[in-house]
Amino acid sequence: MELILATAIGILAASGVWLLLRPRTFQVIIGLTLISYAVNMFIFSIGGLRTGADPVLNGGDIAHYADPLPQALVLTAIVIGFATTALFLVVLLTSRGLTGNDHVDGEDGTS
Amino acid sequence: MSSHLAILPVITPLLVAALQLLVGEKRRRTVLLLSVVSCVALVVMAAALMRTVSADGALAAVYRIGDWPAQFGIVLVADRLSALMVLLTSVLALALLPHALGRWQHRGGHFQPLLQFLLVGLNGAFLTGDLFNLFVFFEVLLAASYGLALHGSGARRVSAGLHYIAVNLTASMLFLLGVSLIFGVTGTLNMAALAELIPNVPERTRALLHAGAAILGVAFLIKTAMWPLGFWLPRTYTAAAPAVAAMFALMTKVGIYVLLRLGLLLFGDEAGPASSHFGSDWMLWGGVATMLAGTIGMLGARDLGKLAGYIVVISSGTLLGAAGLQQEAVTAGALAYLVISTLAIAAFFLVAGLLASDGDEETDDTLILEPYEQPGETQANESLYAKEDESRVVLSAPIAMLGLSFSACAVLLAGLPPLSGFLAKFALLAPMLDADARLGAGVLFTLTIVAGFCTVIALCRAGIQIFWVESERIFPKVRLTESTSVAILLGLCLLLTLLVEAPLRYLRDTAAQLHAPASYIHAVLPPMGAAP
Repeated sequence: MELILATAIGILAASGVWLLLRPRTFQVIIGLTLISYAVNMFIFSIGGLRTGADPVLNGGDIAHYADPLPQALVLTAIVIGFATTALFLVVLLTSRGLTGNDHVDGEDGTS
Repeated sequence: MSSHLAILPVITPLLVAALQLLVGEKRRRTVLLLSVVSCVALVVMAAALMRTVSADGALAAVYRIGDWPAQFGIVLVADRLSALMVLLTSVLALALLPHALGRWQHRGGHFQPLLQFLLVGLNGAFLTGDLFNLFVFFEVLLAASYGLALHGSGARRVSAGLHYIAVNLTASMLFLLGVSLIFGVTGTLNMAALAELIPNVPERTRALLHAGAAILGVAFLIKTAMWPLGFWLPRTYTAAAPAVAAMFALMTKVGIYVLLRLGLLLFGDEAGPASSHFGSDWMLWGGVATMLAGTIGMLGARDLGKLAGYIVVISSGTLLGAAGLQQEAVTAGALAYLVISTLAIAAFFLVAGLLASDGDEETDDTLILEPYEQPGETQANESLYAKEDESRVVLSAPIAMLGLSFSACAVLLAGLPPLSGFLAKFALLAPMLDADARLGAGVLFTLTIVAGFCTVIALCRAGIQIFWVESERIFPKVRLTESTSVAILLGLCLLLTLLVEAPLRYLRDTAAQLHAPASYIHAVLPPMGAAP
C-alpha cells in the first residue's frame, strides 16, 4: 500500500511540476491542482497508513488507532487550496480577457 | 479584558472587515470610519500588548484558544517580538489610511475590507504559536494580498498578479510539505513543544526533520524574496497601487519574522549538537546573494517603482544575512533596521506613486479597465470622483513637499546620518565587528556598506532626473490627504531618531529573549506541577 501511494504521489507531483513550467495559463492551473493533490495525499499519509483503524479511541486498543490530526490538517489544506485555486482561475480569465491570449506573460510569441 | 488581549488584534479587523462588507461599497463614509476605528484600536491594543509583555516578570502573554491545553489546542503567543511586529503593522496601516482616501480606493471594489483582511492575516501570523495555524494565517494574508495587488486592474497589474499568485500558491504547497514532514517526525505542531522535542529526536529521523525544516524555510525564503527565489517581487510591487505596495513592504518582513522566530526557537543553541544553527549558513549566504542581486537590479532600474522594488530586495537580503549570523547584538540591530526600513520603504513607495500619479500609465489602465465594469457604474464613480476632486485641499508647493520627502527617504534608505536609518544601520553593523571572526560577518558588513553607497548613487540619479533635468516637467497636484501619509511615516522615522534610547533598549531585550527560548517554551508549556 505504501509503495502504491508513494508512486501515485510521485507521479502527481512530477506531472504537476512539468505542467507548472508550461507557458499556457491553463496548464499552469492544472499543474498547481495536481501538485496540491500530491501534497494533500502526502499530508494524509504522514500519520501512517492503516486500514480499519479508529480515529477516535473509545476504550479500544491504542495500537489499532489512526492519527486523526493529519486528516484534520488535510481537510483545512483542501479547503484553502480550493479557494485559492478558484481565485487564481478568476485572475487567469481576467488576464485572458485583457491580453487576448492565454500565455502566462500575456504576449504570445508563437502564434 | 487583558487576558484576551492577545487575540484582539486578530478578531478586531476580522469583525470590521465583515461589517464593511455588510455595509457595502456605497456608504463610503461609514466604511472609512470603520477602518479608522479598527486601525486606531489596533494601535492601542498593540501598545497595550507591548506594555504587558515588557512589564517585569511577564515574558510572554499566552492565549489558549478555547482554553485547551497547549499540547492539544492552538495557542497564540505574544512575546516582545510579536508585540513589536503587531505594533509596526498597525501603525503602518493607520498611517496609510489617509493616502488610501485618495483616488486609489475608488479604482476597484472593496479596498478597505481587503486591507482589514490583510491585517487579520499579518497579526495572526505574528501572534500564532502553532505551525499549521501559521499556514492558515499566511493564506489569509496572501488571499487578501492577491486582491490588493490586483486592485485597480489593468493588463500590467493582472499579468504581474498572475505571476505573484502562481509563485505564492507553489510556495504554500512547499509550506504544507514542510509542516507535514515536521509533524510526521515529531507528532506536534506547537512551536514550543517542537523546541522541546527537537534535541531528543532520534538520529534515524533527524534527517527527515531537517528536510522538513528546509522545505518550510524555502517557503518563507520565497516570501522574503531571497535570490534566486525573489524575481517575482520588483515586478509585482511596481505594478501594485502605491498604498498597496507600501503595505506590501511589510509582507517580506513576515518571512523574516518567521525565519528569525523558528530559526532561534527550534534551531538555536539549545537544539543539541546535530541541529543547532541548522540552515543559518544558508540564510547568511542567501542574504549576501540577495543583497548583490538587489544592488545590481537597483543600479539598472529605469523607473522609480522598480527602484523601490529592488530596495525592498536589498533590505530583505540585509535582514536575512543578519538573521543567519544568529548573534544577539546583531539580531537587536537587525530589528531596528527592520522597523526603520519598513517605514522608509513604505514612504518611498508613496512618494514614487505621487510623482507618477498623473503620468500616462494610469489613464492607460483606466481605458483598459472600462469594458470590465458596468457602464453606468463607471460613469457614476467617475463623476463622483471628479466632484470630490475639486473640493480636495491641494498643496500649493508640490515640488517642495515631494522633493523634501524624496530626499528624506533617500537619506533613510541609504542609512546616512543624521536620520534614524543611520542609527539602525549602525546598530546592525557595529556588533558585526565585535563578532567572532566569521567570514560571513565580514562579507555582510562590507556588502551592507556597499549597498548603502549604491542606494545613494541610484537615488541621486533618480532625484536629479526627476527634479532638475526635466525642468519643464509639470508636477502632479498633491492632495493634503495623500501627503499626510508620507508626512506621518517620515515623522515617525524622525521621532525614532530623537527618541532612540528607549526603542533600542526594547529591541535589545527582544533579542535577548529570542536568544533564550526557554522563557518562550515555559510560558507556553508550564513545567510539570506548575499551575497553568
